[in-house]
Amino acid sequence: MTIKTVLEAVHDAMQEEMRRDETVFVMGEDIGARGGVFLATEGFLQEFGENRVIDTPLAESSIAGVALGAAMHGMRPIAEIEFGDFIWPTINQIVGEAAKVRYGTKGKLNAPMVLRAPHGGGVRGALYHSQSVEAFFAHTPGLKVVTPSTPYDAKGLLKSAIRDDDPVIFLEHKRTYRLVRGEVPDDEYTLPIGKADLKREGSDVTIITYGLMLHHCLEAAETVEMDDIDVEVLDLRTVRPLDTDAILATTRKTGKVLIVHEDNKALGIGAEVSAIISENAFEYLDGPVARLAGPEIPAMPFAPPLEDMYMIDSEKIANSIRQLAEY
Amino acid sequence: MAEQTSDHENGAFERAVRAAADSGITKPTISESSSTNQESSKTRLSNKKAPDSPDLLSMYRRMVLCRTLDERIWMLNRQGKAAIMASSQGHEAGQIGSVEALQKGYDQFYIYYRDLAVLLELGLTPTEIIKGFVAKEGEPLSGARQFPTHGAHPEYGIINLSNVVATHIPQGVGAALSAKMKGENRVVIIYFGDGASSAGDCHEAMNFAAIHKLPVIFFCENNKYAISVPLKNQMAVGSVASRAEGYGMPGIEVDGCDIIAVYEATFEAAQRARSGQGPSLIEAQVERYLPHTSDDDDSIYRSQEEIEEAKKRDPLKMLKDLLYSSEVLDEEQEELINKDARQIVNEATEEAEDAPYPETDDFFKHVVGDSSV
Ligand SMILES: Cc1ncc(C[n+]2csc(CCOP(=O)(O)OP(=O)(O)O)c2C)c(N)n1
Ligand SMILES: [Mg+2]
Repeated sequence: MTIKTVLEAVHDAMQEEMRRDETVFVMGEDIGARGGVFLATEGFLQEFGENRVIDTPLAESSIAGVALGAAMHGMRPIAEIEFGDFIWPTINQIVGEAAKVRYGTKGKLNAPMVLRAPHGGGVRGALYHSQSVEAFFAHTPGLKVVTPSTPYDAKGLLKSAIRDDDPVIFLEHKRTYRLVRGEVPDDEYTLPIGKADLKREGSDVTIITYGLMLHHCLEAAETVEMDDIDVEVLDLRTVRPLDTDAILATTRKTGKVLIVHEDNKALGIGAEVSAIISENAFEYLDGPVARLAGPEIPAMPFAPPLEDMYMIDSEKIANSIRQLAEY
Repeated sequence: MAEQTSDHENGAFERAVRAAADSGITKPTISESSSTNQESSKTRLSNKKAPDSPDLLSMYRRMVLCRTLDERIWMLNRQGKAAIMASSQGHEAGQIGSVEALQKGYDQFYIYYRDLAVLLELGLTPTEIIKGFVAKEGEPLSGARQFPTHGAHPEYGIINLSNVVATHIPQGVGAALSAKMKGENRVVIIYFGDGASSAGDCHEAMNFAAIHKLPVIFFCENNKYAISVPLKNQMAVGSVASRAEGYGMPGIEVDGCDIIAVYEATFEAAQRARSGQGPSLIEAQVERYLPHTSDDDDSIYRSQEEIEEAKKRDPLKMLKDLLYSSEVLDEEQEELINKDARQIVNEATEEAEDAPYPETDDFFKHVVGDSSV
């Protein structure tokens, strides 16, 4: 085991896969000489050369579209979108096209590509360097959407994403990049896409979450120990496909579920999780499925008091837990 | 605007222009792509109306102020007091020269994050600008909801909606379409970088503007880098302006460090736009002296020698030399100008730092309007 940051885990996963499989290559803005704006591809140009480390023009639609084309013809591209906030031009190629490759050719073609992007806020990034983008992709059958929160998960899941035969949107929370450290095995491993992970066991209240919020939820779970509330925390890790079995199992166990995400609430991941619970485990519930999510404003504002008001923290989560526990 | 009057004859500008000619400062060159235009580039240049009263000394003063402000914001960032900063150092002549050729308060300016001098030229005060960088109450463009320099100031014709590169290019074309539909004589200038020129939005916007002969000036501030990506990875052609022919508009390459050349090229393009002849693409070759932003480390991808070489074309120095050689500026006056700028920026810094953060009571306001139809 070695202690790594999320950023290092992402870097290592790509590097190992590029060493293992010659069809894997990376493309994106500033990923060459600069090694990426976050240094996720640091040293790649030197190790793998310009043919497999492509510094692209500033044009996200073609980053996605070219990756898709290469993927349909025997390559395994990892396309990087510099910030999730700039991912919208790829919707045309990813939601419109990549997601429908397999279905629309009746299985004759498939697109083993990864579209990676740092996303999320709490970094004083304002409206255009803070957005959560998962729900837009997660709505789309034909895609897989992964949202890791720890170095261990990020590495194992990214390796699986690269080896996956379908398009995977891999969303790394940029605040976790250098902030979150954790043990990563030195030996090779992968983790299954679509499987949630129980990050904390408890018996009174379940929190279902993913991404950066996992860490705030774990903190809040500790805080409410003082109130004698025993919290279970389920990390979804993948938001499409959702791990229905894990969601229902924890619901049956505690009977009280709080869903937490940074993305805004309406029509978000929490809405789907909540619907899955009420459709399948209604009789196990001891209270309404609660959601704590980002506010209904278009994006995260810049000035510190405004950003703080937007972001969910462990205090806000602890309050929601107490409310639900009392129900 | 822009009628030549005789009181310019002996003005600073005339003297400076003459001195410029002597000192070999480059005139705007029209790239071959302008062949779509009937007139030869030579005729058009010699027919050019002289600028209204572009007092080069005043332009110099404003350039010094911009440089001083820029350096101050960078320093505040380094002290951990100011947010991320994309420096305008090396771009100032392109920005000031182009605004000077247009009508403030009437024309529309679709700018991007590096256009500090454009903001100053159009009327934002140094205090207001620094407030953006320290996210304080009274920031005029977005109320500190956005990154510094982003938002809009409709009275000044400033629009900088987002950080998303190139999205503003079709928006600017839409503004020009509106001007045409409403029969206004407004010009829209759209500032963008060499990197932005690769975006589909840029291509689509230029095509649309040319088809409809819209009053647009596409003003590319080519500093040869998009963060770390050098031109050779950005485009296979040698110049952005050379693409203009493919859209059916003139493409003009100009030394963006030469304020007079920029002025002339922009003035010319504005005349074309106002007289219904359609858009122009100006490529101002500028330099970026600092890393992409205060978050960037350019030593990973750019040599110090290259930057030193670029500094030989410092627009501030070029204009200063011109003013010295035409005896419009001397050491005493130069020091006075520098001192004034420092004082303005000192006061602005203090005022901005002392201002409070915005209140949170309007956090949920302005998501959609109140009217229901
Ligand atoms: C659509 C989009 N993609 C990526 C980015 C990240 N980014 C910010 S500035 C920049 C480079 C822009 O370069 P250029 O257009 O040449 O302008 P310059 O900064 O050099 O003046 C990039 C890639 C962005 N803001 N928007
Ligand atoms: Mg550039």
